[in-house]
Amino acid sequence: MILVWLMLILFAGGIGAWLSESRGVGTPRVIALMAILLDLALVIFMLVAPETIGLSPVDNGHGEWLVLFQSDWIPRFGISFIFGADGLSLLLIALTVFLGMISLGAAWHEIKERSGFFYFNLLWTLAGVIGVFTALDLFLFFFFWEVMLIPMYFIIAIWGHENKEYAAMKFFIFTQVSGLLMLLSILVLVFLNYQASEVITFSYFDLLGNGLGGELGMLVMLGFFIAFATKLPAVPIHNWLPDAHSQAPTAGSVILAGILLKTGAYGLIRFTVPLFPEVSQTFAPVAMTLGVVSILYTAKVAFAQNDLKRLIAYTSVSHMGFVLLGVYAWNAQALQGAVMTMLAHGFSAAALFMLAGGLQHRIHTRDMDKMGGFWGVAPKMSFMVLFFTVAAVGIPGLGNFVGEFLVLLGSFQVSITTTAFAALGLVVAAVYSLIVIQKVFHGENKNNYEIADLTFIEMACFALMMIGLLWMGLYPQSMMDMAEPTLRSIDVVFP
Amino acid sequence: MLVAGFKREHGLVNALTTAGLAASLLVFIFVDPVLPLQATELLYFDGYSLFFSGLIIFGALAVSILAYPYFESHNALNEEFYILLLTATLGAVVLACSTHFVSFFIGMEMLGVSLYAMIAYPVHEEKSAKFPLEAAIKYLIMSGLASGLILFGIALLYALTGTMFFSDLAPAIEAQDVAASPVLVTGWLMIIAGIAFKLSLVPFHIWTPDVYEGAPVPVTAYLATVSKASMLAVVLRLLLISDAFQYDALMLVLTVMAAASMLLGNLLALMQANVKRLFAYSSIAHLGYLLVVIIAAASVPGMLSVESMSFYVAAYFIMSLGGFAVTNAISNSGKELDMISDYQGLFWRNPWLAAVMITVLFSLAGIPLTAGFIGKFYVFTSGVEGSLWFLLTMLIIGSAIGLYYYLRIIYAMLQPVEKVSKQDPAGQAIPFGTHAVLASMSAIIIYLGVYPMPMIDILQSLAAAF
Repeated sequence: MILVWLMLILFAGGIGAWLSESRGVGTPRVIALMAILLDLALVIFMLVAPETIGLSPVDNGHGEWLVLFQSDWIPRFGISFIFGADGLSLLLIALTVFLGMISLGAAWHEIKERSGFFYFNLLWTLAGVIGVFTALDLFLFFFFWEVMLIPMYFIIAIWGHENKEYAAMKFFIFTQVSGLLMLLSILVLVFLNYQASEVITFSYFDLLGNGLGGELGMLVMLGFFIAFATKLPAVPIHNWLPDAHSQAPTAGSVILAGILLKTGAYGLIRFTVPLFPEVSQTFAPVAMTLGVVSILYTAKVAFAQNDLKRLIAYTSVSHMGFVLLGVYAWNAQALQGAVMTMLAHGFSAAALFMLAGGLQHRIHTRDMDKMGGFWGVAPKMSFMVLFFTVAAVGIPGLGNFVGEFLVLLGSFQVSITTTAFAALGLVVAAVYSLIVIQKVFHGENKNNYEIADLTFIEMACFALMMIGLLWMGLYPQSMMDMAEPTLRSIDVVFP
Repeated sequence: MLVAGFKREHGLVNALTTAGLAASLLVFIFVDPVLPLQATELLYFDGYSLFFSGLIIFGALAVSILAYPYFESHNALNEEFYILLLTATLGAVVLACSTHFVSFFIGMEMLGVSLYAMIAYPVHEEKSAKFPLEAAIKYLIMSGLASGLILFGIALLYALTGTMFFSDLAPAIEAQDVAASPVLVTGWLMIIAGIAFKLSLVPFHIWTPDVYEGAPVPVTAYLATVSKASMLAVVLRLLLISDAFQYDALMLVLTVMAAASMLLGNLLALMQANVKRLFAYSSIAHLGYLLVVIIAAASVPGMLSVESMSFYVAAYFIMSLGGFAVTNAISNSGKELDMISDYQGLFWRNPWLAAVMITVLFSLAGIPLTAGFIGKFYVFTSGVEGSLWFLLTMLIIGSAIGLYYYLRIIYAMLQPVEKVSKQDPAGQAIPFGTHAVLASMSAIIIYLGVYPMPMIDILQSLAAAF
């Protein structure tokens, strides 16, 4: 039930924020903040002291679930509300709520127009994402998969920058069409299961071990894979992302990069591979190659960008390539690495987008050629960019390093060539990161921009994310322990 | 209806019409226990026909409420409109209840003839910007042609089988051993072609956009909902109980029409700047989706297809009414605001209207939380069970294109107000009745999208008869 509460609080907070719009800019954001803080408190309880709020893990034969909630919805089709959270879900929910708070900080001074409706959309996106991370009924999952899309569309279409119509449309159509493919796959899976067992059900647990293989299994699996790979995103279906990111307002970019991309990775780990272990294994070399291509190709494209936000967007795709590689290498290290990369990239990408957005808010351009020498005018901001860039590159001691290192370690056991190429990605990453630092913060301030340095709220947000990354880098075991039972329970399906 | 002859007063006639329709809805409660009932040879009442009749009367009720403010500013005589509305509705109900070719034809003609006059209704209005007469003539010619085709088809079938009952067709064909006769297939194809005209399926869709655009908004709403729903009700029953699915030629024609409707309807809708025309093309596409269900009925149990189609029709019915209610709310007979640019910034000028419109558009696009999503889910389910992979691919492509133009309207509504011309449609006061229609439509869309179970229960029980 607590999972339902997490979502209800956000839904209600969103409606409250919208209704209070007429009271000015202040009230909606305070309501939004309270809703998120309430959620954060609940999540912290769930993480730290689940017993105190009456939670005890249940084992239903498909892993250990800290929370499992079940209730009928549309019995005609065997569709029910099944929400469950295990270690993996919980980590990602924590990431969601935490970054939700950060994005609120990013929006605090930036969104002045129609702020009520903005916070409504923000909170509803977060609620949708939590739904995605906890839904264990395929229909319900698809439902939330789409629900998180609409408010995000509004955020880009209303508060976006100069080319927002195109970007919002592209974002929506890419995700929606790949979603329809997934719906088709879900229905075929359910239908085949119905033919075999005479029970019509959309429950994840019932559909596990369906033993679907062969050509049909491959096609059905591809439906899922394409939907998740679009969201991840992986080359060649990644090109909605740079547009969506560069046009979205800062808070939108933070949520997109920090959270929404993770739903794709989560889908792969939770659904695609466990539901279709056999064909996934056949498909693994292809997926791993796609991962490597994503890493290298988008890193190279990032290098060629002048638009700061587009550059960061391409690096996101590059880093998510590691996740794809890790998931399909499918051994303990690689999976742990993929999860760590998801979490760490959530922090570093969110922070970088927030910095880029802050910069754009101050100087009204994202063109790096016009920037330069900002270290002199905005030292705090420059330090933050340096820190998070270095984190993204994968300097030991920070979370991203742990994740990418583990992915490489794991995939090395599977394919040496692939891993060798993937490791090249780390080198290219250093190159494009240095270019950013050099172009923007060193050199000469040609246009004599006067930049206000970071505000207190921004500093607080960045400080929290720094602590998070350091924690992940120095004590990753705490998170691995949480994700481990989940990964182990799905791991058994893979020989 | 009689009142209009005695006392020409718009308000009174409108109130009576509305009350009459509401009363006939209430009658349904009493009718329910005595079903199924064969009323004369021509009409058959069961859960299925009752459901569609209810839908039709509900639609007519909404149209009658919407028509009042629309025609109020119209200075000519308005009272006859309601007579036409009622006769058309009667025709539609006859269609929904028919299991016999004679009642099929009578109902169709009653509906069609009333519609000609309804479409041309504001023809005396000098300032009428649209072309109601052109639309009416187009509809008259096309519809007349279609009726002729259907009649010829019926005649051919009758010549072979000697029966006009849907349910006697299959046994008669077997008894006479004429299943392979080319005349039989020709007869069926003529009937299908005529029906396709009425349902505006590609390639018989050419009249649709012009008629939708030219007709007054309440009539467009009526045309899009009641006339389509009643036709669909009888078509599915006809095809199911007369066992027409065994003819390969027929299935091929249906499949091609479905694919072409989904694709062309959506593609042509992309290019429209007029919301009514856009709805016209999108309705062609939606009819294509529905045809997928009908084709799937050939290979899946009749129950599921009846259930799917009923749900989709009901959902489509509500969505269209909601959409036209918004168009109606910002228009009147003197000035129709139906260009996409008229909707610019509506979300900030009149959030309520825009919210209803957004709900409707998302529902038409089949996004979760709305009735349209459950409807599309049904279509997908039927398609998967019938293994119609080609049509499902078309469906996905069509939906993708569809998203684009629905989003375009939504995007226009989200635009800042500053860019809007001085024309401020939201300045017009919206009467209570329209508000009630808007509120009930959006409430039903969301309710069916979030908690469809009660509706599914009803549909399952009525589908059990097949």
